[in-house]
Amino acid sequence: MAYDSFYILKSSVVPLPIENVDTDQIIPARFLKATERKGFGDNLFRDWRYNQDNSPKLDFVLNNPTYSGKILIGEHNFGSGSSREHAAWAVYDYGFRCVVSSFFADIFKNNCLNVGVLPVQISPDFLKIIFKTVKKNPKTELIVNLPNQKITISSSGRSESFDINSYKKENMLNGYDDIDYLNNIKDDISNFAANTPL
Amino acid sequence: MKKTLFDKVWDSHVVKSIEDGPDVLFIDRHMVHEVTSPVAFLGLKKRGLPVLHPERTFATADHNTPTVNQHLPVADPLSRNQLKALEENAKNHGISYWGLGHKKNGIVHVVGPEYGITQPGATIVCGDSHTSTHGAFGAIAFGIGTSEVEMVLSTQCIMQPKPKKMLITINGKLNKGVTPKDVALFIISKLTTSGATGYFVEYAGEVFKHLTMEGRMTVCNLSIEMGARGGMIAPDEKTFEYIKNREFTPKAKAWDKAMTYWKTLYTDEGADFDTELIFDGSEIDPMITFGTNPGMGMSITKAIPNTKDIKGGAATYAKSLAYMGFSEGESMIGKSIDYVFIGSCTNGRIEDFRAFTSIIKGHKRASNVTAWLVPGSHKVLDAIKEEGLLEILENAEFQLREPGCSACLAMNDDKIPAGKYAVSTSNRNFEGRQGPGSRTLLASPLVAAAAAITGKITDPRTLI
Ligand code: SF4
Repeated sequence: MAYDSFYILKSSVVPLPIENVDTDQIIPARFLKATERKGFGDNLFRDWRYNQDNSPKLDFVLNNPTYSGKILIGEHNFGSGSSREHAAWAVYDYGFRCVVSSFFADIFKNNCLNVGVLPVQISPDFLKIIFKTVKKNPKTELIVNLPNQKITISSSGRSESFDINSYKKENMLNGYDDIDYLNNIKDDISNFAANTPL
Repeated sequence: MKKTLFDKVWDSHVVKSIEDGPDVLFIDRHMVHEVTSPVAFLGLKKRGLPVLHPERTFATADHNTPTVNQHLPVADPLSRNQLKALEENAKNHGISYWGLGHKKNGIVHVVGPEYGITQPGATIVCGDSHTSTHGAFGAIAFGIGTSEVEMVLSTQCIMQPKPKKMLITINGKLNKGVTPKDVALFIISKLTTSGATGYFVEYAGEVFKHLTMEGRMTVCNLSIEMGARGGMIAPDEKTFEYIKNREFTPKAKAWDKAMTYWKTLYTDEGADFDTELIFDGSEIDPMITFGTNPGMGMSITKAIPNTKDIKGGAATYAKSLAYMGFSEGESMIGKSIDYVFIGSCTNGRIEDFRAFTSIIKGHKRASNVTAWLVPGSHKVLDAIKEEGLLEILENAEFQLREPGCSACLAMNDDKIPAGKYAVSTSNRNFEGRQGPGSRTLLASPLVAAAAAITGKITDPRTLI
């Protein structure tokens, strides 16, 4: 499914300083019953965000008007657990285009890249600085520059580079996905299939 | 060049390598279920693409299905809708579909091996992270997201960079009452839930050699819980014996040909891993988790660690214990519990039910315990009946449910109520995993059995 291309994003942020945030928290299993990709943003972090009677939990950051923006700042091992891509959809559909953390779980990271959310992995030290800066000034903006692979705190100019392989980068910059690529090498695939032992 | 088992299988499936990018990996078997596939099929439709290899694709209904009255229409309209979507998609694309009521129906990772879809040296994917289960046969098997499901449906390939390689060796002998589940929970407790992120694991050493195929499946199943993409064990005589004559395994000449390939599937002496870990099997006790991720496990006889002794953030740790209603320093033994869940692709196979009944035989279910016993498949259910286990269960006042994922992820009605404690043989103890507010203690079928008859956390070794 194609998505909006990603180039340079300048935005304020939503901080979530909790480790090992798993995809069951990002989108609980009971919201996986859809047969279409619709409405997942509403249920992002559902059980942290709402009480059982659907009233908002006021101490959760998504319910705090002080923080907003297209960048979610997470902690170590963000997106662990279930492989559900719905988690990445929920993040995207809510309006985030970028998640920043010092460490991502594998499948989640991959899913993000497939749906148009840029996972930006930075050093634990820089992450700490970002959390601190945002705490001091909730309006702090980050600039995520994909072509230069650089993330910068707008106010202080402090920055760090991040990794992304050039293939995925190209996809993100253009809003392409893997199926577009695979369809272009169809013949290679059918030749391969004809000779496979199993 | 010396190669690991993983190298051999991966490299032989690379259609194309992209410079500074992923490999295009050919997928031999694709397992599909109702939850992660509908949007993928919708994507195919939008692009006007067919399923490229329906004969390599297998669909079953499991995540969303009720575990009682399966002969009746599914009551929840959303679940019913999802099941119907899978049935129609399978039909339209010529994919074999083992829906509710079908005699081959069951949890995707239980039925795959049962019918020989799972084979050594194969690449196997499914939109479910516990696809790693199939690695027990020497396959490269891992979970994928829905975009990738669409990719495999339309091109039979996925695009991923080759993971790093980790070797986990466990020698020595397992003690009485220690099961494959304990081995896995032990490893995860040592590595944490992110310790193997970016890696594909091979398990080697005496302990794994002596495990049954089902035991190997339990261990490989849980590889994902330490962050690994998957885990695998080199195929041996036990593996070949297990898969021989199953419905989808090759027969006659084709079998001999496959065997020639399968016999090459081992790690060459001196092949390189990025990380190697060694543990001693005799140091493993029956395990239990006390927190909200599978890495928060320990020997059942130990006390909950103090904040100062744990890795990771104190605030996260405190939040986790608060959710569980536990305090640091407390002993687990003797804690009262409310529910017991036997099932899932981790511990829902026949050997798990044998283990469970071995403990409860001659006892009665504790009156404070609600027990959900959910076979992983119809084949398991039939075996429970044939082997006389059902009678033992019923004499002990337990009831059996019908196959499915059930309370493993609680998408159906099998939800542990908020605040209640469940000893579960499944794989995840995340907040709310078994129902909003539920509190999960992961353990082996033996520990679950001991809890089921005593109503509290009990060391199963006292009952053997
Ligand atoms: S039993 Fe649990 S882990 Fe296994 S396939 Fe079902 S939901 Fe996934």
